Amino acid sequence: MDPAIERTKSSEFWDSEQLTRIKERIIESLLFLAAFFSIIITLGIFGTLVYESLTFFSHVSLIEFLTDTLWTPLFYPPRFGILPLVTGTLVTTAIALAVALPIGSVVAIYLSEFAPRVVRESLKPILELLSAIPTVVYGYFALLFVAPLLQKFIPELPTFNMLSAGIVMGIMIIPYVSSLSEDAMRAVPMSLRESAYALGANKIITAIKVVYPAALSGIIASYILAVSRALGETMIVAIAAGMQPNLTIDPREPAATITAFIVQVSLGDLPHGSIGYQSIFAAGLTLFLMTLIFNVIGFYLRKKYREAY
Amino acid sequence: MHSFSHNQGEATSLGLEVKIKAEVKGLNFYYGKNKALKNINLSFAENKVTAIIGPSGCGKSTLLRCMNRIHDLYPDIRYEGEIILHPSGINIVSPEVDPLEMRMRIGMVFQKPTAFPKSVFENVAFGLRLQGERRKNVIEEKVEQALRMAFLWDEVKDRLHKSAYNLSGGQQQRLCIARVLATTPEILLFDEPTSALDPVATAKIEELITFLKEKVTIIIVTHNMQQAARISDYTAFMYLGELIEFDTTKRIFQNPSKKLTEDYITGNFG
Amino acid sequence: MSDFARIIKKRKREDFIFNIIGIICTLIGIVTLGALIVDLVMDGLPRLNWQFLTSYPSRFADKAGILSAWVGTLLIMMVTTVIAVPLGVAAGIYLEEYARRNWLTNLIEINIANLAGVPSIIYGLMALGLLVYQLNLGQSVLTGGLTLSFLILPIVIVATREALRTIPQGIREAALALGSTNWQVVRYHLLPYSTGGILTGVIIALSRAIGETAPLVTIGALTFIAFLPPSPIQSEPPYISFDWLWSPFSVLPIQMFNWVSRPDREFAVNAAGAGLALITVTLALNAAAIYLRYRMRKRITW
Repeated sequence: MDPAIERTKSSEFWDSEQLTRIKERIIESLLFLAAFFSIIITLGIFGTLVYESLTFFSHVSLIEFLTDTLWTPLFYPPRFGILPLVTGTLVTTAIALAVALPIGSVVAIYLSEFAPRVVRESLKPILELLSAIPTVVYGYFALLFVAPLLQKFIPELPTFNMLSAGIVMGIMIIPYVSSLSEDAMRAVPMSLRESAYALGANKIITAIKVVYPAALSGIIASYILAVSRALGETMIVAIAAGMQPNLTIDPREPAATITAFIVQVSLGDLPHGSIGYQSIFAAGLTLFLMTLIFNVIGFYLRKKYREAY
Repeated sequence: MHSFSHNQGEATSLGLEVKIKAEVKGLNFYYGKNKALKNINLSFAENKVTAIIGPSGCGKSTLLRCMNRIHDLYPDIRYEGEIILHPSGINIVSPEVDPLEMRMRIGMVFQKPTAFPKSVFENVAFGLRLQGERRKNVIEEKVEQALRMAFLWDEVKDRLHKSAYNLSGGQQQRLCIARVLATTPEILLFDEPTSALDPVATAKIEELITFLKEKVTIIIVTHNMQQAARISDYTAFMYLGELIEFDTTKRIFQNPSKKLTEDYITGNFG
Repeated sequence: MSDFARIIKKRKREDFIFNIIGIICTLIGIVTLGALIVDLVMDGLPRLNWQFLTSYPSRFADKAGILSAWVGTLLIMMVTTVIAVPLGVAAGIYLEEYARRNWLTNLIEINIANLAGVPSIIYGLMALGLLVYQLNLGQSVLTGGLTLSFLILPIVIVATREALRTIPQGIREAALALGSTNWQVVRYHLLPYSTGGILTGVIIALSRAIGETAPLVTIGALTFIAFLPPSPIQSEPPYISFDWLWSPFSVLPIQMFNWVSRPDREFAVNAAGAGLALITVTLALNAAAIYLRYRMRKRITW
C-alpha cells in the first residue's frame, strides 16, 4: 500500500484506544526513567570520586598515599599518607562493632525466642528509635555525657577520644543489628524450633544451635549493614573523637577518621580545585572502597549461608 | 517388660496379652477457651504401631502433641486428665512433670523434614549431646547405629560431615528419624511424616516404620487412610476433638462399629 | 533418671541466665536512649524559648537562636520531599508492577540495595563535585535538597515496593480482567491501597533526612548565617518566587554541630536546645510512623 495513504488512514483512526495505548507507553517510560535514575546517582558518585581523585593522584603518588604515616594536607609541607585516617576509621568501627554486634545479637535472640509477644511488640519500636536520633545529637551525647562518665573510670582519658565515640556509635547501631537479625530469626519455620524442643532442647540451645545458624544469611546482612554504618558514620566521630589525624590503635587517644577529615576540610574555605579540596575526594574514594570490600565479603558470606530450611 | 493388663481402660480393646506403653485417661485439652480434645481415653500398645486418623481439625495432631508436651511452647494452653507412661507410671501432662524430660524420653518426627543447618553427623548427635553425652566414641557409635536403623547409613556414610541440606527430602526425613532414634526414645511420635514426600520416599519411610516397631512403640498421625491400613496395628478414629472409635486396624477398616467411622473410611466425608 | 533431672536443672538455669542477659542488653539500648533524652532535656529545655526560636546565631551564647537553622531545615525538607517522593514512588511502582526480569532490572535492584549502604558523606562529596561545581547549582537550598533526596531515595523506593507487595495479586487480576490498563490499575487500585505503607516509609525517610548533617556540611552549608532566604510568597506580582532555592542556608543539625564544637561551654546549652528541637521533630515523625503502621495492621484484613 502507498505509505501516504497508510498514514492518512491511520491518522483517521487515532481513536481513544490508541490514545490510551500511547499514554500507557509514556507513563511506563517515565516510571522506568525514575527507576533508572538510581543508576545515574551511582554513576554520579563513582564518577565524581574517581574524577577528582585522579587529579589528586596526579600530584600525589599512590605509594605515598598508601604508605606515608602522616596526613597533613593543609600544612606546609603537605603529607598525604591515608594510614592515620584509615586506622582512626577502623579503630572507631571496631569499638562500635564490639558494642553493637554482641548486644544486638543477644537482643535479637531475646526478642525473637524469649520475650513474650507483648514485650517484643512494644520494645522493638522503642529500640528502633535509637537509630532515629540524629547522629549530631549522639555526638553531643558522646562528648558531653559519655566522655566525662568514662573519665571517672579512666582518669587520664582526654576529652576527645575514640573510645567514647565508638561506644556511642555502637549503641546507635544496635537496632540495625537487632531488628534485622530478629526478622531473620523469626522467619525460621516454627517446625525447626519444635524439632529441637522435641529432642529436649531448652530455649537457649534451640536459639544458638538451631535458629541462629538457620537465620545466618539474614543475620550476616545485618552485620554488614552495621559495618557500613560504622565505617561511614561521621558526626559522632567528628564531634567526640577529635579531628587530629593520629596513627594509633589505642582507643583512648583522639584521632580523626576519614569522615571526620572530610567534615573538617568542608568547614574551612578551601578553594575549588586545590590539592586540599581534591584530598577529600581521595579520602572519600578510600572510604567508598572500604565499604565496598566489606559489602562484597558480606555478599559471598550470605551466598554461602543462604537459607536452606 | 511388665504386663499392665490390669491398667487397661474401658475404651481399649487391645486384648489381654498386649503390654501397654502409654495410657490416655480422660484427657481434655484447651487452647485458651477452646476445648480441642474432649475426654480422650485410649491406650498405646508397646512395640506396636498405632495410627490416629480423622479429618483435618479433628484433634489428631493435638493429641499427638500432648504426648511430648510440645504444646507447652505456646502460651494459653491447658491439660486436664492424665497420660500415664509405663513402666514408670509418670503422668506426662502433669504440671509437676517437666516437659523437657518428656521430650528427652519421647521422640517426635514432623510433617516436613526439619534437618538442622548442620552436618549429617551433628544432626544425629544433637539429641545425644542434649542428653549430656560427651564421650566422642559413644556418640560416633550411636550416630552410626541410628543411621543404620533409619536405613540411611549407606547413603550418607561418605558425607557425614557435609551439610544435611544436601540430602533429598526423603533422606532428610530419615535423617530426622535417625536423629530421634539416637536418643533411644520410649515412644516415637510421627506427625504425618510423609505428607511432604514423593511416593518412593513415602514407601521407604513406611517400610522403616514397620521395621522400627520391634524396638520402639510408635504412634503415627496420618490423613492417608491407606497408609494407616498398611502400617498400623491399631487405629484410633477421631472427629471434632473426640475419640470416636479405637480398635485393631483390621477391624476399623473392615468392620467398624460406628457409622461415623464407616463413613470416613469409605470416603463419604473428610 | 536422676541424670535427666540434673541435666534439666542445668538447662533451666541456662535459660534463666540468658533471660537476664537478654533483658540487660535490651535495657542498655533503652536506658541509653532515655539518658540521652533526659540529658538533652535537662540541658536544653530552659534554653528552648521564643527568643531562641526567633533569633539568628550570635557570638553571644545567650543571644543566639536557631531561626535561620529551622527555616533552612524546613526549606530543605520541602525540596527533598518534592523530589524524593515522586521519584521514589515512581521507581518503586516501575520495579514492582512494570519491570520485566532482565539484566537491566537486576542491575537497578542491586544498585538500589547498594546505594542504601553508601555512607551519607559520600553523597555529600558527589553533590559537591557534581551539583555545586559541575552543574553550578552553588551551595544552595536546591543543592542541599537534591543531595538529601538522593540519599533517601532508596528508602522511599523500598518502602513503596514493600507496600505494593502486600496487595494481593487477585486485586490486580480482577481490575485487569475488567479491562483496566496497567496504569489504571496502579492509579485507581494499587496506589490508594498502599498509601499508608508508602506514607510510613516516606515519614521514616524524611526523619532520617532532617537529622543528616555530614552531606550538607560537605557541600558547604553555612554554619553561621544571619539572614533568611527570600520568602517564597511575595507581596508583588507574580507573588510566588523561587529565589529561595538559590539561597545559602544552614540547618538545625549543622547549627547544633557548630555550637557543640565550640570550645567555650556556654554554647553547649544552645547545642542542647537545638538538639532538643531536632529530636522532638524526629521522634514525633517516628511516632507518627509507628502509629500509622499499627493502625494499618489493625485495619487491613486480606
